[in-house]
Formats: sequence, structure tokens, C-alpha cells
Amino acid sequence: MAERLRFRFTKLGKIRFTSQRDVARMWERALRRSGLEIALSQGFNPRPLLAFGLALPTGAESLAEYLDATLSAVPPSDLAEFAGSLGALLPEGLEVSAVGVLPDAAGSLQQEVTSCSWELEVLGVTASDLATRVGRLLDAPSVSVRRERKGRTFDDDLRPSVRSLGLIDPARGADPARSPSCWLRAETATRPRGVRPRELVEALGTDVVLARARRTQQWIEHDGTRREPLPVGGHVAAVTAPHAVERAS
Amino acid sequence: MATLWPSIEPLLDGVSKPARYIGGEQGATVPVHVPGKVGWLLVYPDTYEIGLPNQGLQILCELLNERHDALAERSYAPWVDMEEAMRSAGVPLFSVENHLPAREFDILAFNLSAELVYTNVLNLIDLAGLAVRADERSADDPLILAGGHCAFNPEPLADFIDAFVLGDGEEAVGEINEVVRDWLAEGPGRSRPALLEGLAALEGVYVPSLYEVAYDGARIASVRPRSPAAPELVVKRTIGDLAEWPYPKRQLVPLTEVVHDRLNVEVFRGCTRGCRFCQAGMITRPVRERPAAQVRSMIRSGLERTGYDEVALTSLSTADFSSIEETVGAVVGGECGDRQVSVSLPSLRVDAFTVATATQIAHARRTGLTFAPEGGTWRMRSVINKLITEEDLYGAVDAAFSNGWRRVKLYFLIGLPTERDEDVLGIAELARRCVEVGRRHHRSPTVVASVGGFVPKPHTPFQWFAQDTAPELRRKINLLKDACRGVRGVSLRWHDPAASVAEGLASRGDRRMGAVIERVWRAGGTFQEWSECFELGRWEEALAAEGLSLEELAHRERAEDEILPWEHLSAGLHKDFLWNDWQDALAQVSVEDCRWTPCYDCGACTDAGLEHVVASTTPPAGGSQGTGQDLSVGDRVPVHLVTTSGAR
Repeated sequence: MAERLRFRFTKLGKIRFTSQRDVARMWERALRRSGLEIALSQGFNPRPLLAFGLALPTGAESLAEYLDATLSAVPPSDLAEFAGSLGALLPEGLEVSAVGVLPDAAGSLQQEVTSCSWELEVLGVTASDLATRVGRLLDAPSVSVRRERKGRTFDDDLRPSVRSLGLIDPARGADPARSPSCWLRAETATRPRGVRPRELVEALGTDVVLARARRTQQWIEHDGTRREPLPVGGHVAAVTAPHAVERAS
Repeated sequence: MATLWPSIEPLLDGVSKPARYIGGEQGATVPVHVPGKVGWLLVYPDTYEIGLPNQGLQILCELLNERHDALAERSYAPWVDMEEAMRSAGVPLFSVENHLPAREFDILAFNLSAELVYTNVLNLIDLAGLAVRADERSADDPLILAGGHCAFNPEPLADFIDAFVLGDGEEAVGEINEVVRDWLAEGPGRSRPALLEGLAALEGVYVPSLYEVAYDGARIASVRPRSPAAPELVVKRTIGDLAEWPYPKRQLVPLTEVVHDRLNVEVFRGCTRGCRFCQAGMITRPVRERPAAQVRSMIRSGLERTGYDEVALTSLSTADFSSIEETVGAVVGGECGDRQVSVSLPSLRVDAFTVATATQIAHARRTGLTFAPEGGTWRMRSVINKLITEEDLYGAVDAAFSNGWRRVKLYFLIGLPTERDEDVLGIAELARRCVEVGRRHHRSPTVVASVGGFVPKPHTPFQWFAQDTAPELRRKINLLKDACRGVRGVSLRWHDPAASVAEGLASRGDRRMGAVIERVWRAGGTFQEWSECFELGRWEEALAAEGLSLEELAHRERAEDEILPWEHLSAGLHKDFLWNDWQDALAQVSVEDCRWTPCYDCGACTDAGLEHVVASTTPPAGGSQGTGQDLSVGDRVPVHLVTTSGAR
């Protein structure tokens, strides 16, 4: 069976305004330049076999994006060095923070990821007001949100997908340039349907404005235990990029 | 200078395609602004995804940033939602590299690739915080320049632009920079008129305010220089040897999707096929080929640097490149890098070589194939000098369908000189017979016939022609719709005739069109190239308010002795050459490609002391047009291409 590599990478700074498709193309070009041999899809219009899992909304940042690449040759012997060399090939703001060879039995990101964690900066409300509204949302049996699919509008209940929601210490990292802002931390499930950060914030009131959304983690839950898609240790070559956040924002 | 980014960023969450505004392209130079460097903002007056790939703008940007006394950044027209957000937040037009305000540059230079962007040019000058009319701007405001194909009739924009550059910009841009640099060094109190006279003295630079246009009724009586610095005739710039200009060296790779998102390598400039409707072919003569070895090295380094898996060999008719075989062979044979790469040849000519080539090169991505017979009958094609025989077309289509394509697109023009209804109906007949050819290979082949209304352009043999009215174009489209109805496999597409008429107005207009363009802009008419934004009514109202008419400006045949609005500007072509070619067209007399036949004395080479630069004295394989050759189709064409391993 063809070997698969899983990458974890960031999307920070100006590049957050590019779309998921744009990021896919950036990766395709970078991997082509890297010389890594990626398997191609079958069919009329063969494409490199890359899978990105959970889409990140345009405009959101992330510390934890994942990419699975199916290889047509053996993986590079020194994964850490290879991942380091990708840094020069990817645009500023996309930075590889870990890479590992997937066990054959591993499922796809799309199948396996069950939830993700967010940090959300919001404007327009005071911290105490926001806390009240968060409490109200969590107490509600259902939270209706209007969505459009295939040209029709639906009312969906987003409450089942909100695993947790709360304020982050108000003293933390408020941007003085756009005061007053508050930070929320949320964990949202991917099933039955995912929740967009904007929808979640709008459910707190039409006067609450989402200023910035940052995905901090993705989670795979299995038999009651939760882990990240790229487990630390084992086959993983961790590539540290401690300054990525500061550099790109 | 302070970046506007902190004010721009909050706007981007609420607009469509925000990546248009962030810059960050791989290969972009983010210049450092220091005193002594002339700051240029190169502006493409359409959206980012249309403008970013423009090679001319990228070439000039690189050349300027290589200079020690210049720097250049880029800007594009913000889409209507972003413009609204910018105006309400008080954010002016900005550059995408450093996100600096446009008016802090010394020069705003517009690329004019199409006439319908003229209202956008005004809008962008206004969005920069400047007066749109040149005579209302001061010496402290940026100088506003424009170049590109539309600069060959700049008169509709004469009121708004300080100076135009005609022809190739590679050399002119440096000379302009020196004049502006020295003028800026004069310090406070320097005079704008002195700058304009300095620019007018440069070859190929046209300063409209230094010319006086007199009218006799609705016609032009004379165009005279007002200043001894302004020449009677401004002649375009032509670089003699493309090999000296291997640019762009660092083609921009955008972060977001744009048109022509691939490596582009220009293989030659100019075209002498002599298609009479084609302005580009007339104004870019003579033919100047890039040496094949340089093309290969540009492909190799470009692919390596960008990571693209597709390269386009660009020119006005790439199948005419005398080294096309070896170049395509080198790319698909792996000589330009070890990756599998597909080659695309824009502007396909209908002939066997093209298809034989395409068969080899399109292994990776098989979308559609497009051919441009332009006319529906041989008679029509003789008039426009697009000498493609029906056999050429069917041969090409047969080769395409037999090689796995299921969909072929054909481009046609309607509203051509001497056109009869049978010529229009010939389009449907050609399309139908192409489907029949396709049925030999597939059960349900598709032929898309795409029909555009012809717009006569300055500096072409058809510059005297009375453009069809929108109702007449619509009548012809309806003829075609009826003829294609119920014909399986033929799908008809057409361009809005009203947009063709507006394009015609701007294309051949004189200075009186300036007020019309300003009115259309003030009434909210931006992005006129985009069907969702275009309304002919706005143009008609503006014309009426200025006492002008479509009849006079678009639908009237010009007389031989009439002074045309662009007569003081030269693309190198003799007026009697164009007139004789116009008379030949009316008589259905065709001319051959002068690369391989004796000179017709059009003027492009002789007056400029230039020659065609071609590597081969014989025409490339295939193609009947003007070459005097009559080559057969398919595998008998003398072309040998190497297939990459694993290619399908």
C-alpha cells in the first residue's frame, strides 16, 4: 500500500484571506518543487492525491491545519529535514509544524476528525455581557441558525455541535487598537454538521462582531479518548516553529 | 510612509474574494522607499485576477525595481463591494506590496488592454484622491501615464492622462524614469509644463495636452502641436531584439486563483499573418522571435522557481514560432525539468501541426480545444484575410476528436465588412459539419460556436468601416439561433452586441469621448467589461448629453480623406498601406504572410530600420494561411514529438 505522510501546518497573517482551494494549490506547487513524489489520481484529469480534511473558512487563522499526501515512492529518510526544507517553498504564514508517516490503518482526516478548538476575538460587547450570553446559549436546548444549501434556506440547530464555549481570561491579548475586545474559546463538533465561527458568534447576538478566528487544534475522539491527528512520538518527526505566530501576525 | 494595512484588514472580512487585496505573491519585490528613487505605481484597471497575470505589467515592474533610481509597486481595481467599503472607511487606492496610498507615488501608470476599462481608469484616479482631469491636478500630484494596446488611440482619455507611451515599454520606461527623476530633483517650485515637455521629447511618448485639436463640424479639421517640444508625429517604440529582454525573470505566482494561472513564456512579439480585423497583429509588427535556447532556459528556470505544472508559450500565433517543434519536444521530453509538464498554446491556428502538437502536449489536462476560423464562409475569410480552408478546419477537428477530445470550441466574428446573411449562416453550417466529423469518433461530440460582434480598431485596414448596430448584430445572432435550433451537438454562445458597440465608441473615439466617459463613470458605470455591470443606456444618455451620437461615432463609414483621431500617432504602418489593404478586403483579395514572401511595404520594418527576427527562412510545418503551402493533416505532418513516459 502506498505510504501516506501527514503534515500539520499553520495559516497565519495576511494569508488567512486565501481560500481552502488556494491553500491546496500552494501546497501542490510547493510539493512539486520539493521533489516529493506524490501519487496521482486516476481518470481523465489526474491530480496529486492530497487531502486536507476539515475546511478552514476564508479569513480564519489556524495553528492546526492538516494535510495527507499519498506518495508514489518511499518517504524521505529524514522527515524533519524535509519538513524544514518546505519552509522556503511555502508562502509566508504557512509553516509546517509537524510531519509523520501514517499507519496503514489510519483513516482519512475527513472521517476521523470529530471536533476542533477555536479562539475567537469578538467586538461589540463587554466581558460580563458576553459571559451572560454564553451561559444562555449553553443552557438553551436548541439554537437555530439559518443556512443556505443548494440555493434553499434551512434552519439548522447548531447547539448539538457546540461542545464547549467560554471566555478566555479578559486580561489576555486584547488588541488595544480595536478596544474593547474579548476572547472566546470554543470546541465545536464536526458532526452532525460543523459550525462556522461566524455562525457561533452571531448566535450570541447580532451586535457581536467576530474580529478574528483562530483554529488552535483538531481532535480525533475514539472510545472516549481524544487525541490530535498527528500523535506526538512514534513515527512523528516534530518540527518546531516557535516563532511562527509572532512572525506572521 | 505608513502602510494602510491596519485600515484595510478589517474591511476584508466583509468582501468577496479578499485575497485580491493582500499581495504576497511569490516572486514579488517589496521595495523599500528611500529618497532619490522615483516611485511608480503600476495600475491594472480591472480586477486582480484579470490583471495579475498581465505580462507587460510584470515586465515593467521588474525592470523598474532593478534600477537604482526607481521602485515599483502594483495596484488593481477593487471590486465594487471593496470599493464601497474603502470609500466609506476613507481608504484610498493602495498598492498590494506595501499597502501604501496611491497618491504617495510619483507616477501612476495604467495598463490599457481594453477600451471598456476606461471608466475604471477614471474611478481609480478618483479613488486615489486625485482630480480626474489632468488640468485640475497640480505639480505635487503624481504624474499619470498610460500604455498598452489602447494607447494607439488615446484620444478618448486625453483629458485625464498626462502622457501615453506607444509600443514596447521596456526601453521607454527607463527614459521616462530619468526625466522624472531629474525633474523631482529640482525641488519645490518645479514646473509641471517643463516636465511634460521633457517627456514629449522622448521617442514614443505622447503628451496630449501639447496638441490642439480643431474641429470642422463633427469632423476633425486639424491636430497640431502647441509646443516645439511636441513632435508632429509620435512614432511607437519597438525593441529590436527580444533576446535582450528575458523578462519576466521572476513571474509572479499569486496566492489566489487568477486567469492564465501557469508559467507564461513569450516566444515572439509581433505577427504578420495580416488578419485585417486584428489590431494586435497590425500594431506590434515586425515579428521578433526569442531564440529557442533562451525560451528553453526561461521555461526551465520558471518551472523550477514557480512549481507550476503548465507552461504557455505566448505570442499572437504560437504555431508560427519557427522553433515550435523543438521547444514543445524539449518540454514534453523532459529537457526543461524532470517533472511532467503540460504545454498550452494560446491563440491556436487551425492547422494540422497545431493539433498534432496538442495531441502530444495535452496529456495531463484535457479541457477544451479552441480554434478561430473567425468567418463562416471562404468568401468572408478572404475579406478578413484569415485564410483557413474548410479542409483545414475539418482536418483539425477530426484530429482533435480522434485524439480524445469531446468538445471543440470555434470562435467567430459577425458584423464584418461586406458580410451577407449567407456568411453568418455559414457559421452554423461549419459547426454542424464539425459535429458530423466528431461523430466518426464519439457518440455525442460537442461543438461550441462562440460569436462576437466585430469592433473596428484604429491602425487596421478596417479602421474606416461602419460598425454594425446592436439591432443588426442581434438580428444576425437570431439567424444563427434559428439555424442551430434542434441541431444536436452544436451549442451557440454570443457576446452582448451592446457591449461591442460601446467598445467601438471608445475604440475609435476622439477627444469628445472624454466627457462621455466621465459622464458614464459619474453615473456609476464602472467595470463595463463585466456583463453584470454594463448598460448601454448609460452610454447613450452620456452621448446625448454631449450632443454626440452612436451613428456618427460608431456606425459611420469614414472617408479616405478624413483626418482620423489617431492620425498624429504612428504604429509604423503607412496610411496608404492600410487604405490599399482595405480596398483589397472589399475586393476579396487576400495577402500572404510577409515573413516568407516579399514585402508589402507596410512601413513597420523599413521606417524603423528593423527586420523580422526569425530563426528559420521557411515557414513552420502545417498551415495553409499565406504560406503558400498546402499541407495535409494528421500524422503525415512532418512533426516528431517525444511523448513523456506515462503520458496517455
